[in-house]
Amino acid sequence: MNNVLSNKKIIALYITPALFLILALIYVPILQTGYYGLMKWNGIGEMSFIGLKNYTVLMKDPLFWKSALHSFLLALFSALSLSGYLFISIILAGKIKGADLLRKIYLIPMLLASVAIAQLWMKIYHPSNGMLNTVLMAIGIEDPPAWLADANLALYAIIIPIIWQYAGFYILIYYAALKNIPESLVEAARIDGASSWQIALKIKIPLVMNVIKVTIVLAVVGSLKYFDLIYVMTGGGPNGASEVMASYMYQKAFKGFDFGYASAIGFFLLVICLVVTYIIRRLTAANKDIY
Amino acid sequence: METVKAGSTTGISVIPNQRPVQKSILNRTAYIIMYIFLIIVAVFQIFPIIWLFLFSLKNNQEVFNTSPFSLPQSPKWENYAKVWTEGNISLYFINSVTYTITAVVLTVILASMVTFAITRMQWRGSRLVLGLFMVGLMIPVHSTLIPLFNTFTKINLIDNPLSIILTYTAFNLPITIMILLGFYEALPREVEEAAVMDGASIHHIFFKITLPMTMPVMATAAIINMIYNWNEFVFVNTFISSDNFKTLTVGIQNFIGQYTTDWGAIGATLVISILPILIAFLILSNRIVEGIASGSVKG
Repeated sequence: MNNVLSNKKIIALYITPALFLILALIYVPILQTGYYGLMKWNGIGEMSFIGLKNYTVLMKDPLFWKSALHSFLLALFSALSLSGYLFISIILAGKIKGADLLRKIYLIPMLLASVAIAQLWMKIYHPSNGMLNTVLMAIGIEDPPAWLADANLALYAIIIPIIWQYAGFYILIYYAALKNIPESLVEAARIDGASSWQIALKIKIPLVMNVIKVTIVLAVVGSLKYFDLIYVMTGGGPNGASEVMASYMYQKAFKGFDFGYASAIGFFLLVICLVVTYIIRRLTAANKDIY
Repeated sequence: METVKAGSTTGISVIPNQRPVQKSILNRTAYIIMYIFLIIVAVFQIFPIIWLFLFSLKNNQEVFNTSPFSLPQSPKWENYAKVWTEGNISLYFINSVTYTITAVVLTVILASMVTFAITRMQWRGSRLVLGLFMVGLMIPVHSTLIPLFNTFTKINLIDNPLSIILTYTAFNLPITIMILLGFYEALPREVEEAAVMDGASIHHIFFKITLPMTMPVMATAAIINMIYNWNEFVFVNTFISSDNFKTLTVGIQNFIGQYTTDWGAIGATLVISILPILIAFLILSNRIVEGIASGSVKG
């Protein structure tokens, strides 16, 4: 029986097509990105090897650091908003009527194309006829800001729809995890006189800690590599005010035709994502014994 | 609700005492406040989309001069007719459908084969292969973009639908395998083992026994894939330049540029692009919820 299930030819036949695709289209390209990062290259002509020059320029590039700062700000806001989602999910999982419908409504924005969301929010933020400023003017604010065109506000104005987009996703994950907690544990605590607040803090949150850790990684890494809404809504502008690492890389490659430098940014982005994943996992590993 | 429980399951409420009554009023107020809070969040999540539907049925005069919350005076369905016939929206729509379906079928079959080999067959290196797929989840798309662009240019796949279908498949394999894995691990092996005893071939087992048994999870994985592919933007924006091959996401991005001042047309375009997903969600919401949950966090 084991012979049939360990037939090497058949195993190779079953895994090779998929393995080939991820090697050829994911793993080989990230190595190539590392390689191109050492080159001066406009994407069409000859490459010339310049060693770590792209990286030394990158380290001193104020526009890059500005975009990196924006990416980390987005990561910070996304991570902080997780506590709000956890709070909502705890209420939602606590025998609320219509909880199922509510969490499905919360999820809807996540299902829509980022481009459509971006276009919709550009209309919401439209300085003269957008929903937001129409409401602001109706309640007596005479000179509402231009949001996406305002260098001080553009980044924050984009962070809001990004949070709007993903809220339902995290609520769904927390809700599913909280629903998995055995009812008997909660009942026992209640009989012992614990309040709902204590039960949430001392029993529910520790029990879903592993899921919380995963969501922190997802939110932070997802933010660091974030691109879509920013590219469509402002293209990183005005004047770099909403630029993030991925949009800066894209601009350097496909608008500036500096493929070598853009590759260096792309490789840096990859390293940051992997390092941050590793750090968060290490930092949160100490809580492991609770489960 | 909590007070009803306390009263009915324990004897405490029999003792005449003021406190439980106070507590129940407090609980009820807290319950109502929380409920209102949850509904406000729901309104915040859904209202922009309702507003989009409203202005897609208005003309500019109405958009600019009436309240954003008002219903259209007479719905301008011609906005939809206009964007569907002018420009290439119908073409983009068909492209989106074609790429999405082809990539979904390819991804789900290839991922099923891998998951079958990893969970049902014995071989060294299966952990390593699984690890390669799982690490694929953490890799930023942008770190692969330039080499992919370069390679596709070299092998003449740039501006070719095949480049889109292959990248969609490769980048969705990890999450699809993750969704399938949980189901395969929970599925009893007895039926397959009995078939091995009876001398059935592996192909027979996979195609005739395993695939039919995993139909529900394949449907879940397929719908999640469908959403991702339908909404994808960066690959098409980078690899495709002819209008003939563009998908809705990239198409509307260019198309809307022409209509910067016609809000009704923009609204109608956006609604056309999101409607298939909304309809799928209406019909398959449980499946989608389950797929997102199992594809994001394992264990």
